[in-house]
Amino acid sequence: MIINHPLLGPRDAAEFVYLGDASLMDRPDGMTASDEEMHDYMYLRDNPAGEHRELWYHEQGDRSWLVVTRNTLTHEITMVELARDVARSRGRSK
Amino acid sequence: MGYSAFKVFWQGLTGNKGWQPAWREPDPRPQYDIIIIGGGGHGLATAYYLAKEFGVRNVAVVEKGWLGSGNIGRNTTIIRANYLLPGNQPFYELSLKLWENLEQDFNYNAMVSQRSILNLIHSDPQRDAFARRANAMRLSGADSELLGPDEIRALCPFLDFDNARFPIQGALRQKRGGTVRHDAVAWGYARGADMHGVDIIQNCEVTGIDITDGVCTGVQTTRGPIRAKKVAMCAAGSSGRVAALADMRLPIESHVLQAFVTEGLKPTLPGVITFGAGHFYVSQSDKGGLVFGGDIDGYNTYAQRGNLPVVEDVCEGGMAIMPMIGRARLLRGWGGVMDMSMDGSPFIDKTGTQGLYVNAGWCYGGFKATPASGYCYAHLLAKDQPHEVATQFRLDRFRRGAPIDEKGVGAQPNLH
Repeated sequence: MIINHPLLGPRDAAEFVYLGDASLMDRPDGMTASDEEMHDYMYLRDNPAGEHRELWYHEQGDRSWLVVTRNTLTHEITMVELARDVARSRGRSK
Repeated sequence: MGYSAFKVFWQGLTGNKGWQPAWREPDPRPQYDIIIIGGGGHGLATAYYLAKEFGVRNVAVVEKGWLGSGNIGRNTTIIRANYLLPGNQPFYELSLKLWENLEQDFNYNAMVSQRSILNLIHSDPQRDAFARRANAMRLSGADSELLGPDEIRALCPFLDFDNARFPIQGALRQKRGGTVRHDAVAWGYARGADMHGVDIIQNCEVTGIDITDGVCTGVQTTRGPIRAKKVAMCAAGSSGRVAALADMRLPIESHVLQAFVTEGLKPTLPGVITFGAGHFYVSQSDKGGLVFGGDIDGYNTYAQRGNLPVVEDVCEGGMAIMPMIGRARLLRGWGGVMDMSMDGSPFIDKTGTQGLYVNAGWCYGGFKATPASGYCYAHLLAKDQPHEVATQFRLDRFRRGAPIDEKGVGAQPNLH
């Protein structure tokens, strides 16, 4: 697979480390969240067949986190964004 | 119709004209006591043991494709019981015991071959860890032994013993481990279940799970609705998709594991061999091909194919322990979709919905578990109590802080 990095252009997926579903960006506040919320965040996944937004880390490159939209049935990548931009677009400070 | 050596001989003399289909192809009835979703190894084994051991015969197995079209036909056929943790090891030992008597039990030649499994040791700390594991195996009643380099040299002279980076210093051996003809396992269980009255319905995809007031009442399929007192999900690889029909999210990601086979060679490997410093395992099929595999690709996928970096990684693992593998030509490679769970261990449990059960999360250890998975799932379905060796395969174990994490890497499925 080739991941089209927003800053560096097309890069081999082997340069990246895969973390998982992009919803992992939205970690509940550990001081206020209920046990149930933390459990669901940590352990449960949608695991869809089809379009999947997921976090990849460019470990062998510029060490940026990316949100990659990829089809889990065909491996086709349709969108690559900087995770930083995605978080900011949702009103996060960083 | 029972199979026997005499029958093979007689059919050979009479033109092989007397063989019958090994199982029926019934239309679904409107209602069953238990519907099993998924006609793979585990689903068929569950149906077989339900009918044979627990006397529940009004059972249907519904399968989206053809029988055994999933991971039961896409694995590397290894059986073993060399786990460490008390939540796992007794279960896999039960599985190995069931394998040992399987062919007599279901009267089908599954070519169970206990040719032993060698887990190679490359460092002192690894020897300590494997010694501990060997003791844990013995505590569960399984066999285990530690070998030194001289014994391994006698068994496998072709290994790269004096490798500068990963010298071979010993091995953990389980003599009762080995390989099984994987397709024959599906066929044998299917035939056995069918003979006990189970309906095996192929080309029948479940499109919905009917739940009324928190009680599961049946399934919708491409061949019409079927009602049931109990519905048993058993679709590892696609567990997430099936569970989504019941509005459930599972602690599972689907990943692809690749496997490879070389051209046929003369008998050369004495059993299963695994690399202790990377991830590589190899055995030789009865046709002569070296069957091997390694790590999962590491990203969510439902495609039954992987990518090239893992092919390279697996082949490098092979070259690191047995350089002679480089002389063999790779014949085929394929991928199977795995339920990778959050702690690397499976689930055999009830769900929050009455009458709905789940069997999932087998990671890449599902094949060896087939008989015990079927037996324990049948036990749970028939008695509503878990079998004594499967009491820890609960869906709520993360909530309780009781994961069964053999590798100790936490809730990161692609690291298990």
